[in-house]
Amino acid sequence: MPDTRERLRGVIEKVAEKPVPDDPEESLFESGLLDSFQLVDLVGAIEREFSIKIPDADLSPRKFDSVARMEAYLATRS
Amino acid sequence: MSSYLHAFGAYLPARVVSNAELAQRLGCSPEWIEKSSGIRERRWAGDEGVVEMGAEAARACLTRAAIPASQIGLLILASGSAPPGFPSPAASLAARLGLGIVPALDVPMASAGSLFAMAIASRLAEDYGDVLVVAAEKMSAIIQAHPLEKNTAILFGDGAGAALVSSRPGSWRILDSALHSDGQFGEDLRYDWTSPLKMNGLSVILHAARKMPAAIQEALDRSKVAATGVAQFLLHQANQNLLVRVARALGVPESRVFSNVARYGNTSSASMLIAAAEWSAEASPAGPIVFSAFGAGWHWGALVAAPE
Repeated sequence: MPDTRERLRGVIEKVAEKPVPDDPEESLFESGLLDSFQLVDLVGAIEREFSIKIPDADLSPRKFDSVARMEAYLATRS
Repeated sequence: MSSYLHAFGAYLPARVVSNAELAQRLGCSPEWIEKSSGIRERRWAGDEGVVEMGAEAARACLTRAAIPASQIGLLILASGSAPPGFPSPAASLAARLGLGIVPALDVPMASAGSLFAMAIASRLAEDYGDVLVVAAEKMSAIIQAHPLEKNTAILFGDGAGAALVSSRPGSWRILDSALHSDGQFGEDLRYDWTSPLKMNGLSVILHAARKMPAAIQEALDRSKVAATGVAQFLLHQANQNLLVRVARALGVPESRVFSNVARYGNTSSASMLIAAAEWSAEASPAGPIVFSAFGAGWHWGALVAAPE
């Protein structure tokens, strides 16, 4: 079973339809990989992949800005 | 006791500001503006303010409803762009419409203001009879109060809309509404007249794209109406891409979501009623209609009505 980072990279790649940067700290929005509407898709795809419901209070774009930040957020949910 | 929607009205300033004009001032391309927002042009008012534009929309609504202003029992004015201070604009609008000592209530709320005002009106109509809801916005004053900022200047336009809500039976019976507010993201969309409009576009889109469909579904469930059975969705015209998202989330064809954002841009709280006025001028009641809006606050929600 792939680890969280690999699963996240797979989800992001599917939403962005582009390769994900190697650096897990790189901003996916500042780099232009994702736009605001793809963020909506990404959050929905993470919910499905990890079988979680992300509450409104956690819907801060900062939490989904990079692979590392998403990983850190998911760690708080486990 | 039931309340009803009788008629809508709208007013748009004459001056058209094209993407080409804005692009020249902002140092971007007209194509970029249209691709990122779906907006081709917007209206900017000159000397007219919120009260003057609101009065024009109100008169258009009263004409369509075929009632005199003297029949109004309560006026509610929504505006997030009226200059701060007192007296607040609702009283000035009431005076301009010749409403005498009829109570006039302000809803100082951008974007979702007209939705909240309609929901309030639906509850107060039993006591006040004919309630005139007006939403008027001069967003160009906010945009031009500071150096133009590309990501916000392209979005907004000026205009006003109005709706007549009454306890008297009319075209559409209001079935139910769902309203919500959450102040914890207040910094993500903020304007205080002292510094430029602040907007975290990622946060606005993320929350709007999830909260609007959820509120619509909540109001539909309460009204026992299926999304697929709705004849027309009349939504806050924020961004064409957002309108498409909401349709997709609800599983309805995009054609069911009325759109005029390409011609007027985002006129904040006025947009939903301008859309309703344009739609109702062409369409006859054929099924349930749904209103929904989301905006700074956050404030958001939905309202369902059905032909009587």
